[in-house]
Amino acid sequence: MDILLTYLLAFGLAVPLGFLIAHLYAAPASRFTAGLLRVCGVDASRGMGWRHYGAALIGTNVVLGLTAYLIYVLQGALPLNPDGIANMRWDTALHTTASFITNTNQQHYSGQSGLSYFSQLVAIVTLQFVTPAVGMAALFAVLRGLKGQTNVGNYYLDVTRAVGVLVPSAFVLALLLTSQGVPSTYGGAKVAQLVEAQTVEGQAVTTQTIPVGPVAAMVAIKQLGTNGGGWYGPNSSVPLENPTPLSNLFSMVSIIVFPISLVFASGLFLNRRRFGGAIIAVMSVTSAALTFGAVMAERQPNAALLGLAAPGGNFEGKEVRLGTDATALWASLTTQTSNGSVAGMHDSFNPLGGLVPQLGMFLNDVYGGIGVGMINMLVFVVLTVFIAGLMVGRTPELFGRKIEVREIKLASLIILLQPLLVLGFTAATVSVPGVTGNSNPGFHGLSQVLYEYNSAYANNGSGFEGLGDNTPWWNVTCAIVLILARFLPILGPLAIAGLLAGKKAAPETSGTLRVDTPIFAGMLLSVMLLLQLLNFAPTLVLGPVAEQLTLQTTTPTTGVQK
Amino acid sequence: MTTPSTLTDVTPTDTAPQPGFSTWLRFALMWLVLCGLAYPTVTTLLAGSLFPAQANGSLITRNGQVVGSALVGQTFSGAGDFIGRPSAAGSGYDPVNASGSNLAPSNPELRKRVRELSAQIAKREGIPANQIPADLVTASGSGLDPHISPAGAEVQVARVAQARDLSEDRVRELITASTERGPLGLGGVGVNVLKLNLALDAAAPGTGR
Repeated sequence: MDILLTYLLAFGLAVPLGFLIAHLYAAPASRFTAGLLRVCGVDASRGMGWRHYGAALIGTNVVLGLTAYLIYVLQGALPLNPDGIANMRWDTALHTTASFITNTNQQHYSGQSGLSYFSQLVAIVTLQFVTPAVGMAALFAVLRGLKGQTNVGNYYLDVTRAVGVLVPSAFVLALLLTSQGVPSTYGGAKVAQLVEAQTVEGQAVTTQTIPVGPVAAMVAIKQLGTNGGGWYGPNSSVPLENPTPLSNLFSMVSIIVFPISLVFASGLFLNRRRFGGAIIAVMSVTSAALTFGAVMAERQPNAALLGLAAPGGNFEGKEVRLGTDATALWASLTTQTSNGSVAGMHDSFNPLGGLVPQLGMFLNDVYGGIGVGMINMLVFVVLTVFIAGLMVGRTPELFGRKIEVREIKLASLIILLQPLLVLGFTAATVSVPGVTGNSNPGFHGLSQVLYEYNSAYANNGSGFEGLGDNTPWWNVTCAIVLILARFLPILGPLAIAGLLAGKKAAPETSGTLRVDTPIFAGMLLSVMLLLQLLNFAPTLVLGPVAEQLTLQTTTPTTGVQK
Repeated sequence: MTTPSTLTDVTPTDTAPQPGFSTWLRFALMWLVLCGLAYPTVTTLLAGSLFPAQANGSLITRNGQVVGSALVGQTFSGAGDFIGRPSAAGSGYDPVNASGSNLAPSNPELRKRVRELSAQIAKREGIPANQIPADLVTASGSGLDPHISPAGAEVQVARVAQARDLSEDRVRELITASTERGPLGLGGVGVNVLKLNLALDAAAPGTGR
């Protein structure tokens, strides 16, 4: 039921939303937007070439990042700190900055005890709005290039348009979430008298401290902006962050609604609806397959329980009110979309259930992060056009413009960056004893390390959270992966689009390789799956696959397993 | 390949010299104020006035005293109480240290923990190990799960009824009253342990811990 309703609702909302967004980006700036931008010294009526667009993107991100870093390391002395949270350590702050400026929200701290309200709001929530907006802006710049415009738009205007869509959406979601029980207050933590007093290490404990705060406002944009960074450490598994099955449904729809709507919007904006439809089909087939895999895997009993409990789904790390199906669905959606919020602990998933999130992040374009997911998919489109062109002996071209050496070099470099960084850092980390911080032994330990870098590269932010990752090694290496994996795959495609726009368009004839047919969609799917499988299959065999195989040979299976 | 309604982009064609650092700074500050201060303040204050109980943590009071939150579990151990799931949050159900166990199914430590707890529950409730519902021996993701499954409550009925001097049917009625489920069959069905134990206290005063 959760699965059906989530997909239905998301698609139902994504179609009109995509329509609205496409028209918003095609229309001139509203007077209000133009006024806001004038305050910043920007003339909204002026466009930019792709190089200027990229420079403005980098420039604003650097300034925002520096500001956020300063807030984290000085939060103890800043206002809005009722629970007296201390300043953040330099390496944690560096990682947190890199993580939030890249729309990742990988967290090596625990929100309720590591950040003040001021940090949560000003330095976290702001970035949770601006970073998806930057992704959306970049997508439309790329689309304009593909349409043949050497002027790819006004960066500041494009970001402002996106924020203008995200803020009202988040506002509505925040009210819905509060109605279900997500806290919304500026008051400090609540203290309850325990019904049964406890004794901990000889000390009597009679109270329970319940951290609250302006949680709903943050959780709303965390879900909608493919952010994922939660108020509480264990994210949306915490009942205060995700109180009911209904709040869970709202959250899951919010995870995918913008990524899906941007694919529709792209088709409309390019005036190629059939192309948008083909991309949606490729993404949805993959999404459904991943979800099916996760749900089936988590319905299986946890191997550690064999013979010690009644057979049933894997409930380790999962919440009773959500159940295994909805938690597995969440895990599948959150890793496809670069969201990274979790409703259960992926570390405790059955090995094949934990494999699904890793696959979703390797692909990173089903439906992908806001804006960047579609951009990633367009890189695969360029590559597929090239390969298909070679197969049938035609000059590869996209939307009438020839794809030549420079474009293919850029596209290949972007695709190769992923195995280079993810596998490179995984190998480096496991080869230095003592830095991994594994909490689980054996094959699963390798999966933990791989997951962390995979999540950093995909700008996802979820984790196999048992990993002791708040160390200088993890913070610095992840920060490097985060930054490179965010900005190069934005700037590369922007350059490709800019270069293509400078070329003369050939009219489309019956001899043109069409990119909106089922055959092309099938080809695109195969190229995408084959490339990523070849890149990552060996590591996955050593991690989750090996873990699954050893489980089945070393645990008694007679008469207990379903 | 044009569609009936063609979307025309009116992005201007001028590419004049671009603004620099001062614009980046103003642009950043504008969002810090609008998204970081204005949005959460308006949202939080409005949500708080529309849903005051939920906005403050869904607190439960008894005799004027806050005894917990409907959304956060507590540790119970008495014979007359329903007992929740094991918790990896600090010393147990500590929201400041909310956490799952993060133990993988292949981790021998998980097997060890489950074996000990399974034996304990089997003895406590007088049932064979293979009849213990899985949620009672597994730690939740948050470590704060306020619920157990209806099956997890059922295996505890006999013990609680005896200790509280209530009929088993009466205890089952209270379980039903504390059972929470989503609309349209969404999510799972859970029995709220804190609410249930408070209801037992009210139904059979003086028999608690």
